[in-house]
Order: sequence, then structure tokens, then C-alpha cells
Amino acid sequence: MKYLTEFRQKEPTERLVRRIHQLMEDIDREISLMEVCGTHTMAVFRYGITDLLPEELHLISGPGCPVCVTSNDYIDKAVAYAHQDKVIIATFGDMVKVPGSRSSLAQEASEGAQVKVVYSSLEAIKIAQRNPQKKVIFLGIGFETTAPTVAASILTASEEGISNYLVLSGHKIMPPAMQALVEDHQILIDGFLCPGHVSTITGSKIYEFLTRKYRIPCVVAGFEPLDILESIHLLLSQIKCGQAKVENEYRRAVTYQGNLKAQKLMDKVFEKRSTSWRGIAEIPGSGLKIRKEYSSFDAEVRVPVKVAKGREHPGCICGDILRGLKSPLNCSLFKTDCTPSNPVGACMVSSEGTCAAYYKYS
Amino acid sequence: MCLAIPVKITSIEGKMGMGELGGVERKVSLMLLDEVKLGDYVLLHAGFAISKINAKEAQELLLLLGSMDEQPSE
Repeated sequence: MKYLTEFRQKEPTERLVRRIHQLMEDIDREISLMEVCGTHTMAVFRYGITDLLPEELHLISGPGCPVCVTSNDYIDKAVAYAHQDKVIIATFGDMVKVPGSRSSLAQEASEGAQVKVVYSSLEAIKIAQRNPQKKVIFLGIGFETTAPTVAASILTASEEGISNYLVLSGHKIMPPAMQALVEDHQILIDGFLCPGHVSTITGSKIYEFLTRKYRIPCVVAGFEPLDILESIHLLLSQIKCGQAKVENEYRRAVTYQGNLKAQKLMDKVFEKRSTSWRGIAEIPGSGLKIRKEYSSFDAEVRVPVKVAKGREHPGCICGDILRGLKSPLNCSLFKTDCTPSNPVGACMVSSEGTCAAYYKYS
Repeated sequence: MCLAIPVKITSIEGKMGMGELGGVERKVSLMLLDEVKLGDYVLLHAGFAISKINAKEAQELLLLLGSMDEQPSE
């Protein structure tokens, strides 16, 4: 398949692996690189990339799994909406099984709530058109990759006069979270594999503050094995030379400026706000709220609900895993009380959560 | 969740088009991307084309990786 299989070839892979080993010998110390994006985490496990790397080179998974970093308060709100009459919840599939403080959407659905899994926000709009007597609340989850698609759905609903389509925005943006991780001195990060598909929208320019202010090498990485290995190779080359710059390995899809049209639509519909990241913190300016001009599509404005403060399972260490401090193997619940079919924490639910990846591949 | 796949645009009608990967066709919204033409490859995410794939850049990377010598360059 074009633009996929070419980037999985054996010989260049072997050459890159040899180079990485050589660079690690030259650097001669432990190195930790964070792959920020959950889709990278899955690719690293699926292709067995960690098995190819020297032992002193650690890939740590970051907070780039949107479902995993969604706070329990958000899930609890979605559950509260699902309880209401004449409401249909439309959501990406991964959200359904996430346990909130007291219930999950899957549990609500089994008790009669209407929860529809969709692949795109545009499908949620179609559901709204087919059910004019009901409110369709779409769970807007995701980073800069997904937020423009949801902005586009709100603009479509606005243009077509679809007034029963609402969005509960839980969208987040990456740079403030990366900054929070860097400023958390418990975590040592020698370099970032930056999220490739977020960068298609934002451009590679958004990581420049990390190199300028914090001197951390950054490489925007694609998702095939050769992309990931070449990005690691570029990061190690920077580390060896004492450099810190933003390089773009994924140039076939990512430019310096990014997708200006998508940025404009996202900015038209959303504005920044403070939001809470599970296990990390409340991070100022890291969330996206629907602007006043589009508040008639904002579930929080049109159908306000109050929920008690969310609570987490006391044994779950998702938070430390999302900050790269611990591995699922350090969790007493892993593979015993917490499994993909009966997840305790969000990192086990999402197909790209670190715990789910460990469960499936290690 | 930030998964995006490369599809080839096979038809365009207004803001919507069809994209093909491995013989499977899917609907693609073109609302987020200007100047998409038939035959272009785009990254498809959650029903939307989010980026055009630059064939020249893809080829350059493959050439670089294919011709990389054994000795690291300083």
C-alpha cells in the first residue's frame, strides 16, 4: 500500500538499527526519549521496535492518548447526559468503556441509554438529522489532529441549521502538556519524538520553544517503522553533538506552518482554557472551549449538568504512567484486576493506551 | 486516536470526496484542505482529509534511507 509498505523495508531498517547502536556507544550513557503520541506507542509495540534498540536507550510513553488523559469529571458528565431523556450520546469507540467515578457509558448503554459509536463527527450530525426530536451530544475528544474536524462539524451544523447537534468539548492541545512534563523535574527527557499527525495541523514550528527555552531535541516523526527509527537516529545525532533543534522527519505530511485552513477553523470555533489532564495536573491554556458565538452547539451551555468531583481508583497508577514515571509492570492491578475486557484505568481501555499496548504485546 | 491513513482521492463532489486504500473506498470530507485534486494522496483522519502527502518528500526520504552508508557522517 502506497506510503505505508515502502516505509517497512528490511534493509534500511537494519542499517538504521546499526547506526542507532553505534550512536549509543558514542554517547555512552542512558538515554530516555519520549514518544508523546499514543499512536506512536502502538506502532513501537506493534513493530517490536524496543527489541531492536540498545538496552540503555529507553522509549517512554507520553500523555498523547486523548482517552487516557481525559479526566473522570468529563466521563461523569457524559454519563450524566446519557441518563437524560431524549439524549443520544455519539462518541468515538474508545470512550465507551472508560470507567468514570461511578459508571461508564457501556454500563449506561446496557441499562437503556442511547450511546452510538461513530467514526467521524459528521456521522454524529447525520444521527442528529435523523432524530430531530432528540439532542445528539458528541463527545469531542482529541488533540490538534481531531479538534479541527469537530470544529468543521459545528460549522456544518451551523450552516445547515441543525440545532439538536451539541458537542461536549474535552479537546486538548499538546505544547502546554509537553512544557509541563519538561518542567516536572522528576522526569528526565533527553529528546521528544513529536506527534506526527498533530503536527500536520500545527506545523513543526510549535516545538521551537522546547528547543530554545529547554534545550531539548525534538523530531517530528511519522508512524511507520522506518520513520520511527530514523527519528530516533536524528535525535541521537543531535544528542551526540550537543544540539537542540526541531527536525522534521515526517516531511511528506508535515510542513513548518502546518495546515493553515484547519488552524483557522479550529480558532474560529474554539478558544483556549485551563483543563485537567488525568494524572498530570490542571494545565493553563491546554484545553479548548467552544467560543460564545457557537455556544448554541455547546453541551455545557445548552444542557448544563453538575457532577460530584471525580474520583479515581486508588490502586490505579495511570497518572504516573502518563508522565513516563512508571511502567504498567509496576502496577499491582496490571493483568490481574485490570485487563482490556475489565479495565480499571483509561490507559487499559484505549487501544493506544500504554497499559493496553503492554498487555497485547509484552 | 491520532491515527491517519494515506488514501488516494478517486472522486470529488463539492466538499466531499472518496478516497481509496488497498481497494477499499471511504468518504472523505475536504472541508479542512484546499486544492485537493483527483489522484492526490491525502491523510484521512476521522472522516476528514487533514494533509496532502508530498510525493517528492516521501521519495527523498526513501532515497536517503536506501543509500545511507555504513559509516556515520560527522
